[in-house]
Formats: sequence, C-alpha cells, structure tokens
Amino acid sequence: MRITQGTFSYLPDLSDAQITKQLQYAIDKGWAVGIEVTDDPHPRNTYWEMFGLPMFDLRDAAGILLEIHNARKTFPDHYIRVTAFDSTHQVESVVLSFIVNRPKEEPGFRLVRTEEPGRTLRYSIESYAVVARPEGARY
Amino acid sequence: MTDAAATDTTLATHVDPVATTGGVDLAALYRQSGVGEVMRQLDDELVGLAPVKSRIRDIAALLLVDKARHAHGLGGGAPSLHMSFTGNPGTGKTTVALRMADILHRLGYTRRNHVVAVTRDDLVGQYIGHTAPKTKEALKKAMGGVLFIDEAYYLYRPENERDYGQEAIEILLQVMENQRDDLVVILAGYRDRMETFYRSNPGMASRIAHHVDFPDYTPDELLRIAELLAARMDYRFDEAGLAAMREYIALRVTQPHFANARSVRNALDRARLRQASRLFSAAGEGETTPDRERLMTLSSEDLRASRVFQGGRESAITTTHH
Repeated sequence: MRITQGTFSYLPDLSDAQITKQLQYAIDKGWAVGIEVTDDPHPRNTYWEMFGLPMFDLRDAAGILLEIHNARKTFPDHYIRVTAFDSTHQVESVVLSFIVNRPKEEPGFRLVRTEEPGRTLRYSIESYAVVARPEGARY
Repeated sequence: MTDAAATDTTLATHVDPVATTGGVDLAALYRQSGVGEVMRQLDDELVGLAPVKSRIRDIAALLLVDKARHAHGLGGGAPSLHMSFTGNPGTGKTTVALRMADILHRLGYTRRNHVVAVTRDDLVGQYIGHTAPKTKEALKKAMGGVLFIDEAYYLYRPENERDYGQEAIEILLQVMENQRDDLVVILAGYRDRMETFYRSNPGMASRIAHHVDFPDYTPDELLRIAELLAARMDYRFDEAGLAAMREYIALRVTQPHFANARSVRNALDRARLRQASRLFSAAGEGETTPDRERLMTLSSEDLRASRVFQGGRESAITTTHH
C-alpha cells in the first residue's frame, strides 16, 4: 500500500527536478528546509528523526538536493521527507512537507478493533512492518 | 534602446535574437546579456590586468556562442568554468573573483549572483570526521553561485601526513566534477605556492579549465590605482602630491614585502593620517577652518614624510633616520 502524506499526497512521487523547484520556492520564501527520516510512518507520528540540521542559509536548492541524495544513500529503505519551516512571528511552523523517498515494499496498515465495555468498538490502525520487526529493520 | 532595434520599428521592445533573424543574432544576444556593461565596468574600475580581462572576454564570448549554438540545437554541454587565479600579493585576485560571480550570473551561467568566500579554516576540520561535514556545508552554501577559496594552497600540507586537508580536496574534486552546472569553484593564491599545490594534486589542476595569471602592476598602473582609490574616498592629489606618489611608488617597488595595489592602499591610508594631523596642527596654530578643497587634497608633504623616502621600509621595525 503506497503511503501518502504531506503537501503533494495526491500526486505521484516528485522527480528530482520537481523537488528542486519546490525547494527553490521554499528558499525564496525564506523558509528553513530540513530533511527527516523514519521507519514508522504512522499518520499520527509527527516526529521523524532529523537528518542533519535544517539548512538555514542556503541560496540554491542544489545544496539541499545534494543532502537528499545523501539521505537516500544512507537510508535507502526508509521514508524520507523534506519540511520547510516558516519562522515568521505567529506562523512559526512547518508550512510545506512532502515525501521524497519510500521503501521498495510497503506492507501497509491493518485495522485494529478493540472491544470496549458494552459492545463498543474502538478502531485504530497498525503498520504490518512496524509490528513485525524492531526499529531499524522494518523495511 | 539600441540602434539595431531602433531601426527595425516593427519589432516589439523585447527583441528575441532567435526569432527575428531566423538565424541567431549574436550582437543582439550580446546586448541583451548586459555583458558589455560589465566589461566596461571592469575596464573602468580595474586598472591594467590585460590578460585577465581578455580571458574574461573569451569566457563571455564562449557562453554567448554556446547560447546561439543551443538555439540551433547544437549540443556541447556546459563548459567547465572552474578557475585558478595566481599572482603576487595585491594584484587583484580577490577583487576579480568577487566580480566574476556577477559576470557569470549575467551571462546566465550561474543561477544565483552570490559568492561564498572561504579559506582553509572553513573547509578543514580539527579532528577525524569533522572535515567532510564542514566542506559539504561550505559547498551547499555556495551552490548555484561561486565558491571562492582564498589561499587555496593551505589546503594541502605535505609536511603533515595526517592533515585533513586532503579529505577536503577530495570532496571538492568530487563536487567540481559531478556538479559543474551547480557550482563554479575559484581557487586563488600566490603563484609559486599554487604551483606546488597543483604539482602535488594533479587531479585538481586537470579539473580547472582556466588558469589565469595576474601580472604585477607597472609603476604607471600603480599611480593610476592610487588616483582611483583616492577618488573613491573623495581625496585627490595636488600636482606636487602626485609627483611625490610617483616617486614613492618607484622606491617602494624595489623594497621587500611589496604588495602591489595593497601597498599603494596602505600608503594612501597613512597619507590620510598625516594629512589629518597636518590640518589639525594648522588649526591649532590659529589658522581658519580648512575649506572643502583643503580637506580633499593630499599634498606632497603627506607622502614625503614616509620612511620609504629615507631608505627605510614603511611600517617595519627599522631604526629611524634623523
């Protein structure tokens, strides 16, 4: 199951040229671009591992693309996303985020039904990959 | 509006050099690029340096012709524009390198008009594993523009085999080779030391297409530089002052630690000091406040007080002659 999340979740994965254009847009806006990595892509897992520090003082997207290539080489079978942080007062949050790398095989999620008193059912989702193996060996 | 476009009144204000002639109008391409203006500025603001200017002109021509070829569907690939500037101290290497970014940007070779100037300290780390991130950081910052490495020969320290400089060089080489479209690297340094550097790093020498040598300035050029620098600071020499400057240069050239334009600039700074104290003590002796003219003028006594005229070296630890 192909996991989608972030700004361009409705699109096929972006090519490097498309990524470069998006990143250049972020740089021109003055946003700090960071790279994050995880092997636990649960939709409620907002805190991914940072891959190096956010890149604050770059002028051109080629520098970030270099770092993305580096991240892909280090974590070929992890989810990698880039985030753009807008530090403007009262915004101060991530304003753009999209996935730039995904594992070759994505087993997907299953629906977990938990019985509660009085025939109540609570639903949650659970990743097959996360349950099957420990962190670092999941994909 | 330029003459060619003015004669053809049917054209819109924006002249597309490809569409208008069927072929490619190099002259229109040249005018549009604004290179002419850059070259004129270069001629105005940098005295001498004929070989350097002609090399820049060659590069400009190549990039324009490449554009024209591209319009005809002729390939060729982006030319490698990594450069090496060698020359004695004070010959304008840094000044030209900083200017280069502007030129390459106007020619459309680099995407951004910025220079990241670094030295050994910014590239080479203190301990194992420190160098690569530092070098990559500098490279990432420079992407899209020009990376200027001043005193590049310091990167390689043959006397210490565990020096991390070699690691920085290897990362540089890799990026210089693989990301030619993203980055122009300019190395600068004194001639003899850079030659040693290239001899011990043949990979570096072969990846740099343009080795530009900065010649020493002639005394006449140095005098023009002095006038230019003075004018930029709103000073000027009176007639005796100019003669004194000419003499000063003739003497200074023969002395040790001569650093071309930098020596001239230092002499000028010291002359300003002497002019200031001259005016100040004149005011103490009851003279009227100096007018605009006097505030601007550097005269011969401001220069002739220099130790250079007494056979000593400026700003050196020499015994003063009385």
